[in-house]
Amino acid sequence: MNAPELTVIWAGIIALAVAIYVMLDGFDLGIGILLPWFAKGEEREIAINSVAPVWDGNETWLVLGGGGLLAAFPLAYAIILPALYAPLIAMLLGLILRGVSFEFRHRDPKHLTLWERSFTLGSFVATISQGIALGALLQGISVTGRSYGGGWWDWLSPFTLLCAVSLVAGYGLLGSCWLIFKTQGELQKRAFALAKPLSGLLLAAIVLVSLATPFLEAKYYARWIGAPGIYIAGVVPLAVAACAFQLWQSLVQRKELAPFLYTLALFALCFIGLAISIWPDVIPGRVSIWQAATDVKSQIFMFYGVAITLPLVLANTALAYWVFRGKATKEGYH
Amino acid sequence: MTAIDLARLQFAFTVSFHFLFPAFSIGLASFLAVLEGLWLKTGNGVYANLYRYWLKIFAVVFAMGVVSGIVMSYQFGTNWSVFSDKAGPIIGPLMAYEVLTAFFLEAGFLGVMLFGINKVGHRLHFAATLAVAAGTVISATWIVAVNSWMQTPTGYLINDVGQYVLRDGWFEVIFSPSFPYRLVHTVLAAYLTTAFAVGGVGAWHLLSDSGNPGARKMFSMTMWMAALVVPVQIIAGDAHGLNTLAYQEPKILAMEGHYQSSPQGAPLILFGLPNDQTRHVDYAIEIPKLGSLILKHELNAPLAGLDSIPQNMWPPVAIVFWSFRIMVGIGFAMLGIGMWSLWARYRKRLYQSPWLHRCAVLAGPSGFVAVLAGWATTEVGRQPFTIYGLLRTADSASSLAAPAVATSLLAFIVVYFAVFGAGTYYLLKLMAQPPHPHESLPDDTLHGPTKPAAAKALVESMT
Ligand code: HDD
Ligand code: HEM
Ligand code: HEM
Repeated sequence: MNAPELTVIWAGIIALAVAIYVMLDGFDLGIGILLPWFAKGEEREIAINSVAPVWDGNETWLVLGGGGLLAAFPLAYAIILPALYAPLIAMLLGLILRGVSFEFRHRDPKHLTLWERSFTLGSFVATISQGIALGALLQGISVTGRSYGGGWWDWLSPFTLLCAVSLVAGYGLLGSCWLIFKTQGELQKRAFALAKPLSGLLLAAIVLVSLATPFLEAKYYARWIGAPGIYIAGVVPLAVAACAFQLWQSLVQRKELAPFLYTLALFALCFIGLAISIWPDVIPGRVSIWQAATDVKSQIFMFYGVAITLPLVLANTALAYWVFRGKATKEGYH
Repeated sequence: MTAIDLARLQFAFTVSFHFLFPAFSIGLASFLAVLEGLWLKTGNGVYANLYRYWLKIFAVVFAMGVVSGIVMSYQFGTNWSVFSDKAGPIIGPLMAYEVLTAFFLEAGFLGVMLFGINKVGHRLHFAATLAVAAGTVISATWIVAVNSWMQTPTGYLINDVGQYVLRDGWFEVIFSPSFPYRLVHTVLAAYLTTAFAVGGVGAWHLLSDSGNPGARKMFSMTMWMAALVVPVQIIAGDAHGLNTLAYQEPKILAMEGHYQSSPQGAPLILFGLPNDQTRHVDYAIEIPKLGSLILKHELNAPLAGLDSIPQNMWPPVAIVFWSFRIMVGIGFAMLGIGMWSLWARYRKRLYQSPWLHRCAVLAGPSGFVAVLAGWATTEVGRQPFTIYGLLRTADSASSLAAPAVATSLLAFIVVYFAVFGAGTYYLLKLMAQPPHPHESLPDDTLHGPTKPAAAKALVESMT
């Protein structure tokens, strides 16, 4: 038994955790992906230093997303995770390679290149896996009884690969805009140079995914193309276009913070579009949030926990970013 | 091998790796907090230097703990989805609280702790160290609560779709009968593991330079831990065993190797080879009546054997029997070293006892072995259930295909050995260096020694 309003709140909390994760870890995974484009030595070091003190906190939102899903929607957790078995395991392995590289490269200057490669490889694999996982969720997961009913390769399709490419472009753009904000000189120039093609690529990907989505499920189609949904849903594409224009302008005008903020806004809009597509399901077309919700007593217990701790968590996160504000340098943060 | 066996192997493999790092970082975080506190209080530069020395090691250990932990939180769903669906309403909230109260606390202050020494004031930096140390212990508390509920479930109802849901209050779920014992024993284990690792490093450097002030300090501090905390741990372990006898009899009988009931007082079997076929411990070396004395505190108290329990409720006896002996053996070896250090200290030869130092070096990794052996006892002893008495392991798994699990298991084995193998090598390399008077910081290594300003501050702090 669950409380319908609390279930909606919980869906919102999980969605928020995932959105924050994508935006925060997005830029540090993006830096991993872009690393080969930066000069060896100082440039790469500054790029990595700019995220070293905060990556662990960024990744914790992923743990909250996963752990929160188990806690608030155990049925969804139990169906989605086996359905995405291979991409999730790949993501975990990628995150291992990425995570340890931060420390290992300091410990072993002789194998610096090895650990920088593993940093890039891990970031890349984690990003692709997350894109595939997202696409697989959108295209539909087959369910039998209370468990996953499909095969081991269901997650692989042209659509999921398209999502993977989009996410690589998206994280890459976030990473380059973060570096525009956090660095100066040559490295910043290079980040500007990367951001332009990446923003074009991301926009193309958004258009393609948006065009493909309505044809995945009859319900998406009805929601996006039919009246009256189109009046609400139609606003999102317009906002995306406006944002993309502003992003381009800010890159041309060499603004330092604005490109990062517009990219974040683009991500937020895509997220809203996603929510419009699948609401009120947690497994699109199969399981609604009310069917998957946990028991009301668990909902209430965790609700108090979130109400008390989330403001503290946000304050703590803000403090961490505040301490390491300003331009990143070769010396880390001394 | 079936898909379930592979999934069990995968879980055991990944969680064992995961626990090795947190056991070390729980202990190191608290040790670092003590060092920094002592430095701020006394102004003695030796503490500041030791702090920097162990901070670099902590950074590597912690990173490995985090990445191996994320694997755990997703593995419940990928491989044990039926368990997740059924137990989610009970254990999910506890794990969510772990993320909110522990992981965010650690992650938020970790950056300040590692890279902020010259960025923020002493007070804020000390607060960051304390926050990280508190976070590790809070984390252990929640996860041990989860595990204890799986061992001795209480306070639940079963709803109409077969999920375990809360009955009255969360207190009953969090404080399940085995929780207090398991928590105390596990946190002490983490502290002892770290104490012996740090002590081993100190002893190693004393062997080549008995005058090194850093090595002396760390050896002395950790030998106090050994002398004072090991006895407490043994008492806690004994109490834990009595609790297990009350709630998980088959496990304790497997630990003790009691196949047959003993109406007239049970012996204590020291060693032997448990044999499920003959239901007998072959080549047993035993002390009459001592088993009853330990478990029932009475020489002639009757003790049931595994023969009084249907065999499909038995755990794998040999693994439980042996892993328990490894842990207890190490516990008593640690006690021996602790007592020896007291004697050496009394004779004022703590830094001039090469044999003590050699033994301490040997005991350096012993905590890690004991911790894994202890968990193997606990977890294998809970078989054939994941939630004791309620949900069998065979009924907990996702409907997995063996090739898929085999592939992921192989991938984990390859990546873990490569990555954590490299990490362990870097740790040993760091530990092989004696603590210098001018220890660098975690991110200094790439560009040589400490920056002028920092060096100046350090020199001032040491005088
Ligand atoms: C440094 C590590 C260490 C040391 C020296 C010891 N233990 Fe231990 N033991 C653990 C680390 C540990 C552990 C890893 O923390 C376990 C696994 C689960 C738990 O609660 O603690 C454990 C479990 C565990 C259990 C199983 C609990 C269950 O039924 O689930 C018992 C009965 C004991 N211990 C008893 C002892 C005794 C009598 C010791 C005396 C020498 C001892 N332990 C030393
Ligand atoms: C950190 C130290 C731990 C170690 C070394 C450890 C070890 C093991 C081992 C060896 C098994 C396999 C048992 C068998 O199949 O015979 C196992 C199973 C399992 N453990 Fe633990 N465990 C640890 C902590 C935990 C914790 C904290 C939890 C709960 C939150 C947990 C939950 C499980 C589950 C769900 C299984 C799978 C089902 C099963 O095979 O029993 N473990 N663990
Ligand atoms: C199967 C059970 C377990 C799961 C699912 C799990 C999950 C996790 C996760 C997700 C993290 C990373 C947190 C971050 O992003 O910062 C982590 C780290 C950590 N875990 Fe576990 N864990 C388990 C068992 C344990 C046990 C048994 C202990 C200790 C008693 C423990 C103590 C810690 C600590 C202290 C950390 C912080 C990182 C570190 O100290 O290295 N965990 N765990």
